[in-house]
Amino acid sequence: MARAVTPRRKAINTALAWGIGILIFFPILWTILTSFKTEAQAIADPPLFLNFDWTLENYVTVQERSNYFRHFWNSVVISVGSTLIGLLIAVPAAWAMAFVPGRRTKDVLMWMLSTKMLPPVGVLVPIYLIFRDTGLLDSRIGLVIVLTLINLPIIVWMLYTYFREIPGEILEAARMDGAGLRSEILYVLTPMAVPGIASTLLLNIILAWNEAFWTLNLTAANAAPLTAFIASYSSPEGLFYAKLSAASTMAIAPILIMGWFSQKQLVRGLTFGAVK
Amino acid sequence: MKTLTRALLGATALTGAAALASAQETTLTIATVNNGDMIRMQGLADDFTAQHPDIALEWVTLEENVLRQRVTQDIATSGGQFDIMTIGTYEVPIWANQDWLVALEGMPEDWNQEDFLPAIADGLSVDGTLYAAPFYGESSMVMYRTDLMEAAGLEMPEAPSWDFIKEAAAAMTDKEAEVYGICLRGKAGWGENMAFLTAMANSYGARWFDENWQPQFDSEAWAAALNDYLELLNNYGPPGAANNGFNENLALFQQGKCGMWIDATVAASFVTNPSDSTVADSVGFALAPDNGLGKRGNWLWAWSLAIPAGTDDEAAAKEFIAWATGQGYTELVAENEGWANVPPGTRTSLYENEEYLAAAPFAEMTLESINAADPTSPTVDPVPYTGVQFVAIPEFQGIGTAVGQQFSAALAGQMSAEQALQSAQQLTTREMTRAGYIE
Repeated sequence: MARAVTPRRKAINTALAWGIGILIFFPILWTILTSFKTEAQAIADPPLFLNFDWTLENYVTVQERSNYFRHFWNSVVISVGSTLIGLLIAVPAAWAMAFVPGRRTKDVLMWMLSTKMLPPVGVLVPIYLIFRDTGLLDSRIGLVIVLTLINLPIIVWMLYTYFREIPGEILEAARMDGAGLRSEILYVLTPMAVPGIASTLLLNIILAWNEAFWTLNLTAANAAPLTAFIASYSSPEGLFYAKLSAASTMAIAPILIMGWFSQKQLVRGLTFGAVK
Repeated sequence: MKTLTRALLGATALTGAAALASAQETTLTIATVNNGDMIRMQGLADDFTAQHPDIALEWVTLEENVLRQRVTQDIATSGGQFDIMTIGTYEVPIWANQDWLVALEGMPEDWNQEDFLPAIADGLSVDGTLYAAPFYGESSMVMYRTDLMEAAGLEMPEAPSWDFIKEAAAAMTDKEAEVYGICLRGKAGWGENMAFLTAMANSYGARWFDENWQPQFDSEAWAAALNDYLELLNNYGPPGAANNGFNENLALFQQGKCGMWIDATVAASFVTNPSDSTVADSVGFALAPDNGLGKRGNWLWAWSLAIPAGTDDEAAAKEFIAWATGQGYTELVAENEGWANVPPGTRTSLYENEEYLAAAPFAEMTLESINAADPTSPTVDPVPYTGVQFVAIPEFQGIGTAVGQQFSAALAGQMSAEQALQSAQQLTTREMTRAGYIE
């Protein structure tokens, strides 16, 4: 029996949810506001919230100094490319683990996840040397490979969790109707797992978009994505907060907009199977 | 006929594309740090490419610490990602000794190497050979509020002592009005609080190591320097000083909250810029303080352009460096952005230029500060290392930051000065033993 929610309790819950939401969003809001200030206003004490002279000067400076669209395009290619390749590998892998588990499936899953426990800097030099020798330094294909491998355990884990919620009987029925393995995965499993696959896709695009260790260390001029674009606006000597905020806003805007439009899919996917 | 026309057009387009490709057959990738002078250089680089249509430029601009890690990793692994690197006075002697840098020999005659300030050139040379060309140089000095100094009934000498600084800091402090007598770096890091403290300690007669590489944090000179530093900041400094670096202190000074600030000479142009600074018209300058021991507490640094060994485009890289660090570039900046924006601290001729001296009121003090620092003999007692605010050995980044953390903790009140020095002595001894300098 569902518990009755009193109006007072509802009001408290709503206020609490809004409070947490604002708290989480505030750094982004502050970054956006700072991007419209002058450098002097950006460091004003007490801080200026809305009562400042709004200016687009920082955006103009950033546009003049950097080739934003090149960085943006690199980010798109690297994040979408690594996610799609990751999905191509992970869907069959997760299918096998969810529907035809072996004795060691759990161990394999745990082993895959354990690769995420190694600090990336621990393998920086070997990977840098491999990239140097194979000519992959400062190339988009190199970053796609690295980010695919880095995010693969998460993709497999997420898909495995979603696939486990799908009754095996439905796949058996499809097999009895004469569906082959390819048809079973493509026409039966995938459509049923669309919310899960969509949220995996979105989450991994976001992860790859924001990845700032490998993208900074393995690129120079050609393949540098938006993370390198942001890093170029921090300075140890001189005021830079307003320009850095403008660059950050430009870098996060595409992913924020994408997240905004796909939030239904994201929430649906992330809560998939949470309530039975 | 139509086919022939298409074929001819296609051939013309291909020839055009090929001609364009061969016109820019060399691409130089330049790794640089994000500061005003370097960004200005990027903006003016069309002048170079107009003179050298066969050379294209690609810029990789990064934050200082990211840049340092990135170029170190690339040069140590012969990654070959960069043709020109922006590096500091710390890296040059270490990398040159590893044969990682191309010696700047055979440069064009009109580059005029002899014009570089001797203190700066010495810091970038090994055995008399220059391995990096200084793009801009800096030292540190005292920047102070002339109005507050006057109100305190004091007059800043051109070359103050640490005793005077203490007296002035006490007289200028008005905590209720949020005016603090002195602002200094407190944030931990070899290039943060340790840059200031090492330079300060030099003027107290302290040194990092004796001639046999034995750490010297157990000396009386270090204790005196650290105690005075803590006393200054605890009594007359802003709250939370242990978190303040260059930018935090710059913001405080520009907002009128610091009576004095001892930091990089490059800050002079920021604090006197009326569009950013509320105290632009009341800033005075003085040499970094001393204790009468023959060494002042100022550092020496130059952001410089160097060519990594193994680059395919050494000749083109030298052409670019000659352009960016030549006297012609100075005139180009002056013409486009005014004399006050010319990169300072590298050439003697700049400080003989009346137009520059008129446009930059801090010019003479910058020159005097640079000349007062000697990277080859930074301390009162002899030392086996070079470098004023750092020790030019590869291990220093790690050790310097670890020691900086102890001193920053002492400033935050988490330990006493004595404990911080003891801890610094222990960890430095351990690391130097590990590295094989001492047994």
